[in-house]
Amino acid sequence: MKEKILSLVPGAEFQENKQYVTFIIPSDKMRDLAMKLKNETEFSFDYLFCLTGVDMLKYLEVVYHLESTIHKHELVLKVRTAERENTSVDTVCDIWKTAEFHEREIYDLLGIKFNHHPDMRRIFLDDDWKGHPLRKDYVDEVNIVEL
Amino acid sequence: MGIKNMKETDFRDNETLSLFKKSGGNILLTSVDALIDWGRSNSIWPLTFATACCGIEMMATGASRHDFSRFGIEVYRASPRQADVIVVAGTIVNKMAPVLKRLYDQMSEPKYVIAMGACAVSGGPFYYNSYHVVRGVDHVIPVDVYVPGCPPRPEALLFGVMQLQRKIKLETIANPRKSPNT
Repeated sequence: MKEKILSLVPGAEFQENKQYVTFIIPSDKMRDLAMKLKNETEFSFDYLFCLTGVDMLKYLEVVYHLESTIHKHELVLKVRTAERENTSVDTVCDIWKTAEFHEREIYDLLGIKFNHHPDMRRIFLDDDWKGHPLRKDYVDEVNIVEL
Repeated sequence: MGIKNMKETDFRDNETLSLFKKSGGNILLTSVDALIDWGRSNSIWPLTFATACCGIEMMATGASRHDFSRFGIEVYRASPRQADVIVVAGTIVNKMAPVLKRLYDQMSEPKYVIAMGACAVSGGPFYYNSYHVVRGVDHVIPVDVYVPGCPPRPEALLFGVMQLQRKIKLETIANPRKSPNT
């Protein structure tokens, strides 16, 4: 599977990981790859069981955990954004419906926008909330004490 | 006297507690009081309200092993209009606070509040460096009984409810209880 994915996406980078097979994918290739992983019978990743965002200080990262309920194999894809502010990644919520709420959550807490998402609003916090609280540089002078 | 110096028998002593009642010694009034307080304290109906893991513990308290209907705390009501006590079981976030306030306002008098667990008492594990949690439910509604624990054992909740019953037994119709915000 490793060679197959590397041949599908030339810019992909294999990352050593004890639990999952992990790849770092260039953000413009992610949607094509996701489509192929879902539809090709060899992969048939029909289940996106976790979709999270990570703040890595220099850039933000979106992590996709995929599973195939047919072949029982799992895969992790990571997409890095170019910069921190006003950054965006293509949505996968038309491929896996689960992603719709997960992408809203990532937007809410980390501020990564998802292109072509049908309903890109905050999911947990109030609509008039300022900032994205799970970012490392989030400042809340009332509630959070800097150590 | 601090709570640590109190003996367990002091917690259970309802006779001395009733000496604190100041209803004026009218035999009719005190008899009516005794009847009403007996009725109220033994039929506290809680509101079905749980926002976190404390709610699981509250369900366990209501279920057959701990069975708090033994103490008359009986049925969970799904409507605040029919409930006497709201057990705030779980973390209250800033977005939930107005909902909690509205639920409390919709309950009919007399109404009581039990803050169950560390989150409802003080914010608990979210007290420091949290951007969204209400630090103690007493910022939103007045609390009668605090039950600490994370989450409290069913026995602890039962004990808290029994303390609330003791509190209700002190009430008198000559000087009715008023909610602080009405």
